[in-house]
Amino acid sequence: MGRKAFCLWETWFSLPWSPSTLRPLLFLPLPGHHHSKEYREINPLKKLPSLKDGKFILSESVAILFYLCRKYSTPSHWYPPDLHTRARVDEFMAWQHTAIQLPMSKILWIKMLIPMITGEEVPAEKTEQMLVEAKNNMQLFEEKFLQDKMFITGDHISLADLVALVEMMQPMGSKYNVFLNSSKIAEWRMRVELAIGSGLFWEAHDRLMKLAEWDCSTLDPMVKEKICELLQKFK
Amino acid sequence: MPLELFLDLYSPPCRAVYIFARKNGIPFELRPVELGLGEHLKPEFLKVNPLGKVPALKDGDFLLAESVAILLYLSRKYRAATHWYPTELQARARVDEYLAWQHTAVQLPACNVYLCKSLLPHFSGQPVDPVQLDRLLGKLKPALQHLDGQVLATKPFLATEQLSLADLMAFTELMQPTAVGCDIFQDWPQLAAWRARVEAALGPELVQDAHRLVLQPRDPRDAQRDPKLAQELVQRLLERLS
Repeated sequence: MGRKAFCLWETWFSLPWSPSTLRPLLFLPLPGHHHSKEYREINPLKKLPSLKDGKFILSESVAILFYLCRKYSTPSHWYPPDLHTRARVDEFMAWQHTAIQLPMSKILWIKMLIPMITGEEVPAEKTEQMLVEAKNNMQLFEEKFLQDKMFITGDHISLADLVALVEMMQPMGSKYNVFLNSSKIAEWRMRVELAIGSGLFWEAHDRLMKLAEWDCSTLDPMVKEKICELLQKFK
Repeated sequence: MPLELFLDLYSPPCRAVYIFARKNGIPFELRPVELGLGEHLKPEFLKVNPLGKVPALKDGDFLLAESVAILLYLSRKYRAATHWYPTELQARARVDEYLAWQHTAVQLPACNVYLCKSLLPHFSGQPVDPVQLDRLLGKLKPALQHLDGQVLATKPFLATEQLSLADLMAFTELMQPTAVGCDIFQDWPQLAAWRARVEAALGPELVQDAHRLVLQPRDPRDAQRDPKLAQELVQRLLERLS
């Protein structure tokens, strides 16, 4: 599975594709394959996503999205040129690393991956703490970034909405739906899905939604050990 | 109304914004926000930045948070020299890559070292916990190893052949633990050489000026200005660092 995903990634970026569709990148770091030797040659940071354009290798989803926008001259609503509007996108893209990506990813790990891989649950207190942090940040997202607008920058979808949504989808892999807390955010979620196209959106999230079916017995024992260590942190 | 920058120079991202504005001759009014007194969480400041963090910018009616966004905004608005944020596609992508990566890879662990070595002892009155400090330094090590061994092995600065926003952010972040006695440059020769290059490029006086506050030992009496706040802060720090 790991090797196949690695090849697909490389091939995908070397094909010409329509500039009018910006594929959401799957942010789920499936444990294991990006630690393989082949992958490390591509990306010494061992991270996903990763882009390879000829000899040029780039990591970090935010950097990759900006690169793609520029190289393929995508429609300007993705990263508006207006000084203030662009700054708003940059502001969200910076804030989300620790405010959204990290907590959402932790929910997935705590609720699903750690119990699945180690056979043990994370203490309820820590889980609760994590959920509260995520909830508070969702509230900040609603009050500061979304407000009463259709999308973060106003009437059109931008990279900020795309990144926000894929990050907030992460807990869905563990059947935890963060969109239930706020109707405003739930409505925004639908708008973003429709702007991307439901087909493409759900195609990109297919692997995440099927995470519960993953056979983790194939996991490299060294990686499994690291995850068991991770569990100790929460105790 | 002139540009206002809400800064606490104890904070590395604030220093990056400060140095950038000064170096580029951008006129601004400094609005000090004292993190040690919890000013960033008070209603007056939350009106400027509801996210409750520094740095923050106010340009007329326009409010902006997040140091990376602020640096990009200032470089665009004031047409800073292109080495800061190169126009060439791949060079720019390298800067973007660092600026994205650094949030969790550098800023978070470097800040935790600083909190353990300086802020927590200051507010709790307890000595530094050496086991905790060692563990936290260990968390910073992978980033240092990557910067020293891979990134700086092939070029003089972090993203390109010239000083960029990436170097500015990295410099002020790595100075944080260093300024309070955890010299993270001592084991990494490429990083140490890079640090000297960055200081020379920014100007030693400006660097010194920006770092004056964090280089000074903290006055123990400051911790007792608001004992209740100090206690809350200690609690939060202990949770964060555990």
